[in-house]
Amino acid sequence: MSAPAPSLEAVGMTMRFGDFTALDNVSLSVPPGSFHALLGENGAGKSTLVKCIMGFYHATSGALLVDYREARIQDPRDAQALGLGMVYQHFTLVPSLSAAENLVISRGDTPALINWAAERARLEAFLAGMPFRVPLDRPVSSLAAGEKQKLEILKQLYLGSRFLILDEPTSVLTPDEADEVLGHVKALTVSGALSVLMISHKFREVRAFADDVTVLRRGALAGRGRVAELTNEDMAAMMMGKAQIGSAPPRTGTPGDAVLELRGARARDRSGFKEIGIEDLKVRAGEIVGVAGISGNGQVELMEVLTGQRRLLSGAMTVQGAPYAATRAQARRHRVRYLPEEPLHNACAPHMSVAENLALRDFDSGRNGTGGRIFLGRARMARRAEELIRSFDIRTRGPQAQIRDLSGGNVQRAALARELSGDVALLVVANPCFGLDFSAARAIRDRLMQARNDGVAVLLISEDLDEILELADRVLVMSDGHITHEARADQAKPAELGRYMAGHAA
Amino acid sequence: MADPVDLGLWAVPLAILGGAIRVSTPFLFVSLGECLTERSGRINLGLEGTLILGAVSGYAMSYHSGSALVGVLCAALVGGIFGMLHGWLCSFKGVNDIAIGISMMILGMGLAFYFGKAYIQPTAPRLPAIPFGGWSDIPQLRAALQVNVLFLLGGALAVFLAWMLKNTRVGLTIRVVGDSTDAARALAIRPNRVRLWATSAGGALAGIGGAYLSLYYPGSWNEGISSGQGLMAVALVIFARWNPINCFWAALLFGGAGALGPALQSVGITEGYYLFYAAPYVLTLGILIATSSTERAVTGAPGELSITK
Ligand SMILES: Nc1ncnc2c1ncn2[C@@H]1O[C@H](COP(=O)(O)OP(=O)(O)OP(=O)(O)O)[C@@H](O)[C@H]1O
Ligand SMILES: [Mg+2]
Repeated sequence: MSAPAPSLEAVGMTMRFGDFTALDNVSLSVPPGSFHALLGENGAGKSTLVKCIMGFYHATSGALLVDYREARIQDPRDAQALGLGMVYQHFTLVPSLSAAENLVISRGDTPALINWAAERARLEAFLAGMPFRVPLDRPVSSLAAGEKQKLEILKQLYLGSRFLILDEPTSVLTPDEADEVLGHVKALTVSGALSVLMISHKFREVRAFADDVTVLRRGALAGRGRVAELTNEDMAAMMMGKAQIGSAPPRTGTPGDAVLELRGARARDRSGFKEIGIEDLKVRAGEIVGVAGISGNGQVELMEVLTGQRRLLSGAMTVQGAPYAATRAQARRHRVRYLPEEPLHNACAPHMSVAENLALRDFDSGRNGTGGRIFLGRARMARRAEELIRSFDIRTRGPQAQIRDLSGGNVQRAALARELSGDVALLVVANPCFGLDFSAARAIRDRLMQARNDGVAVLLISEDLDEILELADRVLVMSDGHITHEARADQAKPAELGRYMAGHAA
Repeated sequence: MADPVDLGLWAVPLAILGGAIRVSTPFLFVSLGECLTERSGRINLGLEGTLILGAVSGYAMSYHSGSALVGVLCAALVGGIFGMLHGWLCSFKGVNDIAIGISMMILGMGLAFYFGKAYIQPTAPRLPAIPFGGWSDIPQLRAALQVNVLFLLGGALAVFLAWMLKNTRVGLTIRVVGDSTDAARALAIRPNRVRLWATSAGGALAGIGGAYLSLYYPGSWNEGISSGQGLMAVALVIFARWNPINCFWAALLFGGAGALGPALQSVGITEGYYLFYAAPYVLTLGILIATSSTERAVTGAPGELSITK
């Protein structure tokens, strides 16, 4: 990385999907060696803009200048040749390949015959000069999210990218990991070796690392400036226009009877070699119980047990006192609802429309006005979808759009709209605000608090400790497949919880 | 040839061993071809058709040219072209590889039966075998150890493919495309092109498997020659967890199962032996059930495969 960092300028970029304009005449300029932040609400068009820059999409109109010269970028390989590299919002590592294989194949000039001994030596030499490293030989699918993200960034540096585009690089990282990774990236920009364009929802990061900021709102340029000269309020106003965020609803009422109980529950973990064990977990009506923990410590398995996707080896799960195996009939009888993480894959049918996805809970129940026993109530389904789209502020081209074309945050809202509508007794949520902009996150957290105040029992599994401390009445820490600590949220100390999360507290 | 020695019940495992080596070769080639195709993220159910087409074209060319080798090469060529057709059709948006595979299977069989009518009678030069059993006096053992060149070639090919998938750019590219189209696109690899070649190469291998059927064992052309081996290879690849070396062992297992019926018959069991002719099919079903799980994803499955997605 001896060559100096390039500059980049996008001029008048417009991108249409059919008759929908995702990006409307947006310009952006990143001088060499600077750290530029791109802000905007969910669905504002941030990912679309950077994908156009990378040649992943072909912009309807607009031009790109790299080092003040016009660049024609047809596909990501052209971008790579110009020294542009991108870490996508969704991982683009090949899951079944090892880290070493991923790195070697990502290079444009992989030799026809790979001499692994020599490649290993080169990789080790490269890693020795890097601020962080990852295990090279395990398949990427077995790495934790933080390790994958580090590998994505390492990959770009390995490829010799001198202009790095990061699409929400820290949403899968803990705050400490995020600071560490971004700190190293920032150091590279300061030394002039790298220019960075980073999409983020976190003002804290923008403030700590970025020099300049550009803000998009609904596909159009909403403002720009130097971070040092803007307050958080200025940036928020640019992002959301006149809209104001209300204050959080207060915590009211006291917990009632236990709704969900898990006793002596054991289940195999994903690898099939270890077990998770929950000795005693109770969630009472009108209470939020937060399960904190670093990803990969059994939270996914716990969620799968609760949704009936993973068999219990022993122990019992009861809801409202009755044995519970999470069948559709039981879930309906006991009014249990779920919001798993990555709702697009775990809670939606991606190719079906927004309206159909919103009706998945009750299209066959004959209740709630969206379904009959034999025929679907199409008209009622559409009417209800419109209601939910309005009340949960889901940004979509319409109820008939495919749900997979929605931006990440809006898929999240749609899933939550479905799960929270109607009469709910128990709500199990995992990482509900993952990747959401702060107003969307605020809206969802308010909904959860409101549900709690209305007497719903809420189990909140989250990697975001701040979220848990804000919402939960009680905090449990999950580490290595077990609940290792319990505290009342108003008495919990983040530092102490952090030690339990890391698994080395005595 | 010397008179058969009475081996008693030992004749059964011996016959199974010999049968396994004989019967497994087409399984081996088709499954290696299917394995290669599936590792690129496509499934080609048309290989049953390719197998039969390979059988007839190999037989015909062997007959006309007088050389079995020319027959095998021609079968590979026809299989490759047929595979390429599959790959090309699947590269259009919204086309489903399984549906195309089924139509290709029917098309391949139709073509083979049409052109094959003329070759049911004549005899073509057959593939040579290497006698590995020369040291033994027992004629059954000598017969069992008549190993065809193609079997050895298939074994070597399995090792080569396994090595290639790990140690060459082509191999890694195929695995990338098979595991994630998005990742491939981000690396500026053209998934459709890679799949086209992988399907074509897979088809060529299946064609060779077909030539083996008509030129060595059973050794003549007739319409019932493949008896579903091209389809069973799909199950075999799943059982082998998409690993070429495992494909070799799995093919031997399927071959052994296929040899069970004839082996029992050869020791004079006259009743019920025909039930054992169904052994490969039962084995296929049993394996598919036994290796499935509701809690684990199939390990080793390429991420882009439409059946395991
Ligand atoms: N391939 C596509 N086809 C149709 N519409 C699309 C497509 N990709 C994105 N969109 C639409 O374009 C808009 C902008 O999406 P984009 O992914 O750029 O948002 P974003 O700013 O990155 O949001 P987030 O913060 O949620 O990631 C959204 O309304 C989305 O529905
Ligand atoms: Mg985005």
